Amino acid sequence: MAYSSAEQHHEPHSFWTRYVWSQDHKVIAVQYTLTAIAVGLVALVLSNLMRLQLGFPGRFAFIDANHYYQYVTLHGMIMVVYLLTALFLGGFGNYLIPLMVGARDMVFPLLNMLSYWVYLLAVLVLMASFFVPGGPTGAGWTLYPPQSILPGTPGSDWGIILMLVSLLIFIVAATMGGLNYVITVLQARTRGMTLMRMPLTVWGIFVATIMALLAFPSLFVSGVMLLFDKTLGTSFFMPAIVSMGQALSYKGGSPILFQHLFWFFGHPEVYIVALPAFGIVSDLISTHSRKKIFGYHMMVWAIVAIGALSFVVWAHHMFVSGMNPYFGFFFATTTLIIAVPTAIKVYNWVLTLWNSSIHLSVPMLFAIGFISTFLIGGLTGLFLGNVSVDIPLSNTYFVVAHFHMVMGVSPILVIFGGIYHWFPKVTGRLMNDTLGKLHFWVTFLGTYAIYFPMHYLGILGMPRRYYAYDNYAFIPASAQQLNAFITVAALIVGVTQLVFLYNLVHSTFRGRPAGSNPWRATTLEWQTPDTPPGHGNWGAEQPEVHRWAYDYSVPGMAQDFVPQNSAVAGGGDDHDQKAAGRKKT
Amino acid sequence: MALAIVLMALVAAAVLFHFLSPWWLTPLASNWGQIDTTLMITLAITGAFFIAINLFVAYCLIRFRQRDGHRAAHDPENKKLEGWLTGLTAVGIVAMLAPGLFVYAAYIDPPADSLVFEAVGQQWQWRFRFPGRDGRLGVTDSRFVSAENPLGLAPNDPHGQDDVLILNSEVHLPVGKPIKVLLRSQDVLHDFYVPPFRARMNLVPGMVTHFWFTPTRTGRFEILCAQLCGVGHFNMRGYVVVEEPAAFQAWLGRQSTFSHAEVKTAAPNAPAGTDLAAQGKLLAQSRGCVACHSDDGSARVGPSWKGLYGKTETLADGSTVLVDPAYLAESIRTPNAKIVHGYPAIMPPFSLSDPELAALIAYMRTLSDKTVAQAGTP
Repeated sequence: MAYSSAEQHHEPHSFWTRYVWSQDHKVIAVQYTLTAIAVGLVALVLSNLMRLQLGFPGRFAFIDANHYYQYVTLHGMIMVVYLLTALFLGGFGNYLIPLMVGARDMVFPLLNMLSYWVYLLAVLVLMASFFVPGGPTGAGWTLYPPQSILPGTPGSDWGIILMLVSLLIFIVAATMGGLNYVITVLQARTRGMTLMRMPLTVWGIFVATIMALLAFPSLFVSGVMLLFDKTLGTSFFMPAIVSMGQALSYKGGSPILFQHLFWFFGHPEVYIVALPAFGIVSDLISTHSRKKIFGYHMMVWAIVAIGALSFVVWAHHMFVSGMNPYFGFFFATTTLIIAVPTAIKVYNWVLTLWNSSIHLSVPMLFAIGFISTFLIGGLTGLFLGNVSVDIPLSNTYFVVAHFHMVMGVSPILVIFGGIYHWFPKVTGRLMNDTLGKLHFWVTFLGTYAIYFPMHYLGILGMPRRYYAYDNYAFIPASAQQLNAFITVAALIVGVTQLVFLYNLVHSTFRGRPAGSNPWRATTLEWQTPDTPPGHGNWGAEQPEVHRWAYDYSVPGMAQDFVPQNSAVAGGGDDHDQKAAGRKKT
Repeated sequence: MALAIVLMALVAAAVLFHFLSPWWLTPLASNWGQIDTTLMITLAITGAFFIAINLFVAYCLIRFRQRDGHRAAHDPENKKLEGWLTGLTAVGIVAMLAPGLFVYAAYIDPPADSLVFEAVGQQWQWRFRFPGRDGRLGVTDSRFVSAENPLGLAPNDPHGQDDVLILNSEVHLPVGKPIKVLLRSQDVLHDFYVPPFRARMNLVPGMVTHFWFTPTRTGRFEILCAQLCGVGHFNMRGYVVVEEPAAFQAWLGRQSTFSHAEVKTAAPNAPAGTDLAAQGKLLAQSRGCVACHSDDGSARVGPSWKGLYGKTETLADGSTVLVDPAYLAESIRTPNAKIVHGYPAIMPPFSLSDPELAALIAYMRTLSDKTVAQAGTP
C-alpha cells in the first residue's frame, strides 16, 4: 500500500497556485461546490419560471412554449448532472475522501485539478447554449431522438449540439475525478483504515464513483452517436421519417436503442446521486444522535447491493416505450428487489435513533427531513417500478413528484445537511444556527407542499411536460388552483435559498469560531492538527486508525465519542469486540 | 420536539389529503379495473409503511431527545431484528409484485378476436385507419407519405385499397369489444394516452407498437399525447367516441376508403346548418392547427390567428404581404412558399378541400376585427 508523504507535496505560496490552479483536494472541492451551487441557482430560477407558467398560465408573456420546454430541459439536466453529480462526487468526494481515509491528498493531484477545470468548461459550454441562435435545447433532459434533433423542438440546431458536447466534456471530467476517488480509497488509506472501518460517507461515494465510471460511458457513446446523427447524417437512432411534410434521408435507426443506452446510464445515475447521500446521512444521523449506526455491515452491503442491482433495472423507465413487452417482467422484478436493500437502509437509520440521544442541530434537522422525503420518494417508486401500475402513471405528474422527492429534494436536503455539518471544518467557523433552522423549515415544509399534492395530479392523469392544460375536459378547474398553490410554494422555497447563500457567505467571514471538532465526531477529518486542515492535511505524521467510525457512547468512556485514531482500549464494532474477547480468553 | 409534532402533523395531513382530495383517478372506462386494484394494493402497503416509519421517527424524536445526564445506548448488533425486517419487506414486495405481474401478463396478451385499428401520430395531430372488408390493413411505408396519401399506404397493395381512413382527430369505437390498437408514428415519439382507459403505449417511428383494451362505457374521451414530441406536444389532441356497436358500424360505413380518389376530411360533429365559421373552428381543432396557432394572441410555434386576418405580415426576406384569403390558402396548401419573419419553416402542407378552406378562413376572420378590401371566399 502506498502512502503519499509530506515531502511529495510542495506547499503552494502564491494566490494563484493556492486558490485557482490548486492541486489541493480541499480547494478543488470548494471550487466544485461553488460552481455547482452557481449553476444550481440557474436551475432553480428556471424551475421557478416553469412554475410561473404552470401556476399562472399565459400571465407571463415572455414564457412562451419554446422557452417553457427549454426551461424544463435545462433545469433537469443541470440538476441531475451538473449539480447533484458534480457536488456529491467533485465536492463532497474531493473534500472528504482523503480526510476521512487519512490520506494527504488524492493520489493524482494534477488529474484532480484538470477534472475541475474540464467540469467548468462543460458548464460554460452548456451556459453558452443560452446565447446561440434558437437557444438551448428543449428536448427534455432525456434528449430522446428523433425529436431532439428535428425541427419542431426548440434549440434543435445549436442548442442540442452544445448540450451533447457539454455532456461529453462533463464525462471526461467525471472520469478523471472518478479514477482518482476510487484509487485513493483503494490505495491511499492510512494505517489501520481497513475497508470495513471506513465511514459510510466514503463507502457511498466510493461505490457511486465506481458506478459512474461504468455508467457514464453508455451516455458518452449515445451522445456521440446522437451528435453524428445530428451533424453527419448517420442513422443510429433515426428511422425513415417524414418530418413536417418533408421526407428525411435517415433510414433504419432505432429510437429505442437510444433509450436503452440513455437509461443504462440514467438509472445508475439515480444511485450515483443517492448512494453518497445515503452515506452522508448515515454519518450525520450517527454523529448527531451520539449512537453507532445500526447494522454497519448490513449498511455497507446494502450500498454494494444497490450499486450492483441498479445496473439491471434500467428499462423500468421504458415500460411503455414499445420495447419487447416481455422485458417488463424482468425489469419489474429486479426493480422491486432493489427495494429490499433500500428499505434496510431506511430501517437502519430510524433504528439508529432508537435509544439514542438526538441533538437537533441543523445538520440533524436536514437528515431527519431526508428520511421523511426519501420515504415518500422510495415508496412511490414501488408504484412506478411495478409494471402494470406504471402503465397509467407513466409520464404523468406522479412521475414528476416521485423523482423530485427521491432524487431531487432528498439528496439536496443531504447536501444542505452536509454543508452545515462540514462547513466548520472547511472554514473553521460555524454557520448561523437561526438562519439554518429557518432555511430548513421553509425548505422541508415547502417541498411537502409542492410535491405531495402533485402525486394526485398524476393519479388524475395530467401528463407532464405540458406547456398548458387549456380545455382538457377531464381536468377539473380545481387542478389549476392546486397548480397555482404549488407555484406559490415553489417560489417561497426558491427565495428561501437566498437565506442559505447569505448564511454561507456571512458565516465564512463572520461565523463563530468552531474549534476543531464542534460536533464531537469520531471520524478522521475532525482530528486534523489544524482547522481548516493545512496543506497535506496531517502535519508531520499521518494518523493511525485503531477502530471503526462509530464509537459513540461507549460504556465506561469519559467522553461519548472515541476518535478513530485513538488507541484507547474498548469500543469497536462487533468484530473488533469479538477479536478483543478472544485475545482475553 | 417541534420536528416530531410536524412529522405527526404531516402524516395526519397526508392521510386527510388523500381522503379529501378532489384529484383522483378518472372514472374507469375500460376493462382494466385490475390495474386500479393493483394500484390500490400498492397504495395500501406503501401507505402503511409511510405512516409507520414517520410516526416511529416522531416517537424517537420525543422519547430520545437530548437531555442532561442521558446517554445513548450502546447495544450489540441485532441480526435477528434485521432478519425480521428484511423478511417483512420481502413479503410486502411480493404482495405488490405478484398481482402486478399477473395483470401485466394479461395486458400484453390481446384476445384473438380483438377489433384492430391503427392510430397514426404526427407532429401534432392524430389520424386513424381501420381494415376494410378483407379484415387486413394494407402495407405502409414512409416513402409513400404525401399530402394526398398522409398515412403512407402502399398504392399497389390490394389489402390497403379498402382500408378506412379517418383523416381527422376523432375516432369511434364500439363498446364492449376488445380493441387492439396498432400505433405508428411518422416523425417522433408520441404516446396514445386516454386516462380513463388506463392502458397506453408509445408510438415509435420505424416500428409498429400495440396495446389492447375493452371500452366498457360509452362517451367521448380525450386522447392525449404523453411523450414529449416537440413544442406543440401539449396541444396534440384527439378524441375517442365509444358508442353502441350499431352506431359504430353506421359511423364506419360513412367513412371513405383509401381507394376513393377524393379524400373526405370533413370536420367531425359538424351538424348540417352550423355556420361556416363554427365549422372552421371544429376543423382547426380536428386537423391539429391549434397545436401551433393560438386563437388568443399567445405565441406558439406559428403565428397566432388572433388579429391575423387583414394584417400586413413581414416575411423572412423582409418583404410584406397582406393576409387575405389568397395568401391564407397558399400558406395552408404550400406553407413554405412564404415564411413569416421570426417563425421556423416547419409547417407541413395540408390538402384541404375548397369548402374546408372557406370554413377555416371564415373562422380566422372571426378572430380579427380587420377586413380586407378584396374580401370574399376563394
